[in-house]
This record gives sequence, C-alpha cells and structure tokens, in this order.
Amino acid sequence: MNILVCLKQTFDTEERITIENGKINEDGAEFVINPYDEYAVEEAIKLKEQHGGEVTVITIGPERAEQALRTAMAMGADKGVIVDLEDLGDQVDEHTIAQVLAATIREEDLDFDIILCGYMAVDDGSAQVGPRLAELLEIPHISTITKLTVEGDKVSVEKDVEGDVEYIDAKLPILVTAQQGLNDPRYPSLPGIMKAKKKPLTRLELDDLDLDEEEIAAKTEIIETFLPPKKEAGKILTGDLADQAKELVQLLRSEAKVI
Amino acid sequence: MTKVNGGAFLIEPTDPKDVFTPEDLNEEQKMIAKTTEDFVKDRVWPVLEEIEQHKFEHTVRLLKEAGDLGLLGADVPEKYEGLGLDKISSSLITEKISLGRSFGLSHGAHVGIGTLPIVFFGNEEQKKKYLPDLATGRKFAAYALTEPGSGSDALGAKTTAVLSDDGKHYILNGEKQWITNSGFADVFVVYAKIDGDKFSAFIVERDFPGVSTGPEEKKMGIKGSSTRTLILQDAKVPVENLLGEAGKGHLIAFNILNIGRYKLAVGTLGSSKRAIEISAKYAKERKQFKIPIAKFGLIREKLANMAIKTYALESMVYRIGGMFEAGLEGVEDAEGSVAAQAIGQLAIECSIAKVFGSEVLDYVVDEGVQIHGGYGFMNEYEIENMYRDSRINRIFEGTNEINRLLIPATLMRKAMKGELALMQAAQDLQEKLLTLMPSLPEEDAPVLEEEEKLVENAKKIFLMIAGLAVQKYEQELNKEQEILRDIADIAIETFAMESALLRTKKAIAQNGEEKEQAKIDLTRAYIYESFQKVDAFARHTLAALEEGDVLRTQLSVLKKLTRLQPLNEVALKRTIAARILDTEKYTV
Repeated sequence: MNILVCLKQTFDTEERITIENGKINEDGAEFVINPYDEYAVEEAIKLKEQHGGEVTVITIGPERAEQALRTAMAMGADKGVIVDLEDLGDQVDEHTIAQVLAATIREEDLDFDIILCGYMAVDDGSAQVGPRLAELLEIPHISTITKLTVEGDKVSVEKDVEGDVEYIDAKLPILVTAQQGLNDPRYPSLPGIMKAKKKPLTRLELDDLDLDEEEIAAKTEIIETFLPPKKEAGKILTGDLADQAKELVQLLRSEAKVI
Repeated sequence: MTKVNGGAFLIEPTDPKDVFTPEDLNEEQKMIAKTTEDFVKDRVWPVLEEIEQHKFEHTVRLLKEAGDLGLLGADVPEKYEGLGLDKISSSLITEKISLGRSFGLSHGAHVGIGTLPIVFFGNEEQKKKYLPDLATGRKFAAYALTEPGSGSDALGAKTTAVLSDDGKHYILNGEKQWITNSGFADVFVVYAKIDGDKFSAFIVERDFPGVSTGPEEKKMGIKGSSTRTLILQDAKVPVENLLGEAGKGHLIAFNILNIGRYKLAVGTLGSSKRAIEISAKYAKERKQFKIPIAKFGLIREKLANMAIKTYALESMVYRIGGMFEAGLEGVEDAEGSVAAQAIGQLAIECSIAKVFGSEVLDYVVDEGVQIHGGYGFMNEYEIENMYRDSRINRIFEGTNEINRLLIPATLMRKAMKGELALMQAAQDLQEKLLTLMPSLPEEDAPVLEEEEKLVENAKKIFLMIAGLAVQKYEQELNKEQEILRDIADIAIETFAMESALLRTKKAIAQNGEEKEQAKIDLTRAYIYESFQKVDAFARHTLAALEEGDVLRTQLSVLKKLTRLQPLNEVALKRTIAARILDTEKYTV
C-alpha cells in the first residue's frame, strides 16, 4: 500500500509564544509536528505495519521543517519530500499549499492508495488543506476521522461529528484527515532516530514544479496577528438569588456589553 | 576534540573550540532528548506516586518500555543488541530521565553501574551472554559494592569467595547493603575477596543458589527506588562469572564509580533545571501582599542564583561528556585494562562533577523549597519530594568528602607519574609570583576579558596553594584533610568557572554577543562569586600553612592575584531572573 502523509511543522503551542512586528517571533520558539498531523503519521505507519507498503511524508516549509520530516521518519515513515516556498514570501495560503501539494504528488510520481492529513494545523486552524487537496486530485475525502480500517480497497471510518460518531464506508483511493482520538502517536525510538538520518529526503523549490505563480498566489491576506487577550480573574456574585440575577443582567449590559 | 588528559585544565589553557557545549547538539541528539523527556512526562509521571509507594511492577514495566525505545542500550555496542551511541546522547538520556526522580535512579543504576562493568570489563562470552538482555530490558542489573562495615572504605569488604573443591564454582558469603534495583534485578555485579584478600568482581544471577535479598529499606528520599540488602549464603557462582582478573576488582569498582559519578552529575543537572522551572512558575502564581512573589527582589535573586549555578554545572557536564566521547572511542572493544586507563584518565573531572553537581542541586532544591514557603514543606508539592531526593547525591557514589580527597590525590599521582607537569608549573609560578605586578582593571575591557583573567588567576592560586602545601607536608600531606579539601575546592571552582567561560566564548564566536547576552550574564555572575570563594579557600589554607612574616608575604602575593573589578550583582541578577520568569524555565 502506498501511503502519503501531508504534514506541517508548527510552533509548539504549549510553549510561550510572542509576537514581534505583527509576526510570531520564531527566535526561541519550539517547533513540532502539528499534533493532528502526528496522528496522521502514526496511522500511516500502522497501516504500513498491517498491509506492507511505503509511507512518504510531505511538507511545505523552510529548511527547519526538515526536522519534522526526520521525526516522522524516526517514527517509521520511509521517505520525505520538502518543498521550500521561500520565493513566494507571504503570498501563501491554503489555496497555495493545496496546489503545491497536488503538483508535488503529480510531478514526483508519488503513487498513493491513501493520503492522510491532520484535520487542521494548530497555528492557523483553517482545516482546509486536506479537502482542497482531495478536490485537486479528484478523489473523495473524509475529514475528522477517529477510526480507520482498510481491507482490500474497502475503507471504513468513524468520523467525529461534533461529539457524535458517523460511520462511513468508502473505497481507495481516498484522503482522510485525522482528529484527536484516532490513535496515540508513538515516540520516535532511538534506533528509529538513528535510521532516520539515512532515509531519502527530496528537497524541492517552486521552480522544480510546473506551476504558475500567479495562479497559486494566496487568495487571502492576513490583516493582523495578535495574541488572545489575557484571561482576567472571574467574578463571583454573592447575595440572594434575585439580587445576583439583577446584578448579572446589569453586568452583561454595562461591562460585558453582550446584551 | 583533542586527546584528553584529565586534570590538565589546571596548567593548560583550553581553546573554546575544543570544548563540547549544549549548543553543539545535533538533530539526532535533540530528538533522543525529546523522546526521553516525552517518555518520562507521559509514561512515568502518571504513576510516579505509585512508584514512590514501592509498586515496582510499574518500574519494571516502564523499564521494559524504555528498552523498547532504545533507552537502555545507549552505552552497549551494537553487536550486543545495544545502540553504541556517542557519550553525549547517553548523557542526554541521563539528564532527561532524571525528571522521573526515583525511576530515573532505577534506570541509571541499571544502564550505568549495573551494565557498564560488563560492557567495559566483561570477556566476549560474558558480553554475549548478558549484554543483549540488559540492553533491551529483558533483564535488569544492579551493582553491589557497599557492605554494612565498608562504605567509603570499599576495599575493606568482608564478603568472601572461595573456589569449590571441583573448581567449577566460587562460593560467595557475605552481605551487600543498600543495593539499588535489588528488588527486581536479575543480575548483580558483586565484589568479594577471593581467599579473603584478592578483591574481585563477579556476575551473580538472582537465581543462583544461595542468593537472596532482604526487605525494602525505608529511606529519606528516592523512596521509589528499590533498595535492599543482597544476601549471599554459600552462593554458587560459576567460575566463568568472574569479571575481569582475580584480585583486580578495584580497577572495575573505581572506574565504574568514575562513570557513575559523572552520570550522577548529569542527573543533578536535569533535576536542577526542573526545580528552577517549578519554582519560577510558583513564584509567578503565588501572591502575597496582593502581588506575585516573583516581583520581590529576594525571590528574584534566588531564582537567579539557582540559574547561575545550574549554568556552570551544565557547561561542566557537557564539557566532560565531550572529553569522554574523545577518550572512550573504541574502548568497548578493547581489553579491560585499556578501558580502565581511558576512564581513569577523567577521574578528577568525574569527582569534580559529582561534588559540584550534588551541591548545586542541594542548593537549588533548598532555595526552591524556600520560594514555595510553607507549601514547599508539604508532601503534595513536587519541590518537597525533590528536596528529599536530592540529599543522597552528596553521599552515594563516594561521599563528597571522599571525592574531594580524591581530587588532589589523583592530581599528585598523575604528577608523580609524569602525566601532568604540575611540579614544574608550580615552580615556574613561584619565581614569577615574587615579581608579579597586579594587572590594573580596565574600564572598557572587551566582554569576558576580565573573567578570563580571573580564571587564569584561579589556576595560579591553585598552583601556589597546592605547591606550598606539598612543600610543607611532602608525603604527609594526605593526613591534612582540611587543606586537601581547600585544594580540591579551588580546583572544582576553577573548572566550573572555566567551563562556563569557554562555553560562552564558543557561543559568542558562533552567534555574536548580542544573541548570547544571557550566557554572558550567567558567566559573569558565576565567575564573580566563585572567584571570591577561591580567594577564601586560599586564605584559609595559607593561614594553616604559614605564620608571621612568611604568612604576610604569601597573603600579599595572593592579594595581587585576587584583585577584582566590582560588579553590580544586584542589577545583573535581576536581569537574569527576569529571563527565567519570562520563560518560566531555566533559559540560556
């Protein structure tokens, strides 16, 4: 089985994030595989362990993002492809990424039976790249899956639908996106880490792909980046219930201004 | 890296380029560190409380999991199912696994003093038989040296080994005390005297007839490590399980202790960083007088002091890691005597690291408790556990007293053997000292130039004091423990200062001053304080060595060497504390 995983390197949201000149400060930020993509990597390796085949991990990002591919290869992926879009500067959004991924898969002749992505990235949270890519490759997709079974070309998934579960049967080839709960990603073992540095890694730039820069240019623009407001201490109302209700209504009007 | 000569730092300058620093870690090493840390946080921490209550089934299960990840095989060559990793990777595992507290100790005893005697001193059959199981976690190891009547005096062991009539077994009798991992270990490296005088090492399996363990000890700290007595009652040990040569057990015992001391220091580094992290977080959360205590100068000063010492420790630990890597290359495949030689080369640095690391951690957890106030005294707070766990580090793997005595003793031995030109250096210095003009501090000296001079002067002070002590007492110096301790402390502080300095200089050369301001601040703060300690140790010993006019002359020479440009420590430490509080962890 040929398995592709698209992953993104994101900053670690568990570490402190600072903003400088309207951008996230990368100095001192820790970078990790986007956690949802990590579920995708784990699921891909499990599929390979069951069915044999090969796992290819693809990422788009600067040189540092190679580390994310090495981590995926240390977990068990077989080879990696990284596309550096430095030339495009800020002109990159979900539309661009999906186009570049599709072109990479076509032009690198990456055969696939199944493509796995995280359902969204924790940095921009758009949840668009997976479905867009499926559309471009003209294959079906199922998003936010929490269970995956493949037998022959039959695919059964459990999909998270806002707390409920939807059971869906489908056929290969397919693209699925991983939701939390799909699996428990393994740690890269030490032998895995040592092997990873010898696994093949292809480095591409925009020029290596037959794409029209204008066509793939971002269709959206980031206007502002800011941190969520600091959480203030809550307020506990006291007194008898009628007074509390009165005070609450007043606060909702005057302070929170929601009514 | 150049070829290593232990103790040479006292008489030779070191090029920052030749020193390994944490900034030099490669991607694989960082990934190994991350896997270890994630493993401890996700797998060990949830059951740490139960481990503390002696539920060793967790320890064994987690050690096996660690084995599956490769965390037990770093120091075992590949041909025995280990990974044969570099010593830096191995150190990173030790540093990160220390976050698992008692579990970290169980891990350390297994991969370190338990397994390494066989790695370095086992013959081919012994390696083939034991190492694959130990490297992968199918079996666990322990190290049995201490006895009720012999702790520091390890060679005074009373356990005996007598060859059986048929010549096929050694019959061991005796008791080994406080054996880490003894509750579940399958293999013990045991020291006993053949025919009552030839101190030797044996590989003893738990299942051999006559081998048993006593009840679990009730300890002050590291309660979640298994500590029992190993009882040998006519224990039948096959002759092929003699480890190394008969009568040469001391070579194994002491050299494995050298590595054990180094690994202990690495562990104290991991724990120190953790204590800083939790103390910084607590200081920001805890409010008194309606403001977070992190705003108070005295709390900030504590956090700064914790970080300053930890920086010196971290610099020292990875510097030695680099020296081990250079010195031990290919040694696993060589004869045991080659291994002993190579490890023994770094005996001084290992003792320094052991003493320094255990005392830094004790300081850091003590101030950590203080920052936590009354809550720091409560068992449900992590810092209380860390405080108790820390204390043993100054005692085991050779007490800090024994290790302090070992430093000058080993230096003297190396000097006698001609491996270290200490005598010559001391003589040269004496001539120079008489005419020495103190260099005047410059106002606008380049960054760290003043500190570099202080480190050079500390080395001179070491040679001066050690030289005078040797002159006065000659062969009797070993009876002057207080003076030997001062000499050791000057060497320890000198190595710590220099390690921090070299690391920072290397970082500046790579990234420029602007990006390395944190390291510069930590280095300056450490050297300023440490150098004054060196001055005090020197005066303490001078007053014991000399009197009257001679003393006054020597003190005036010392004074020329100890001129110190004043430093605004208050401001410097506030800056250091601000970085820690900002990131809520030890940050360089």
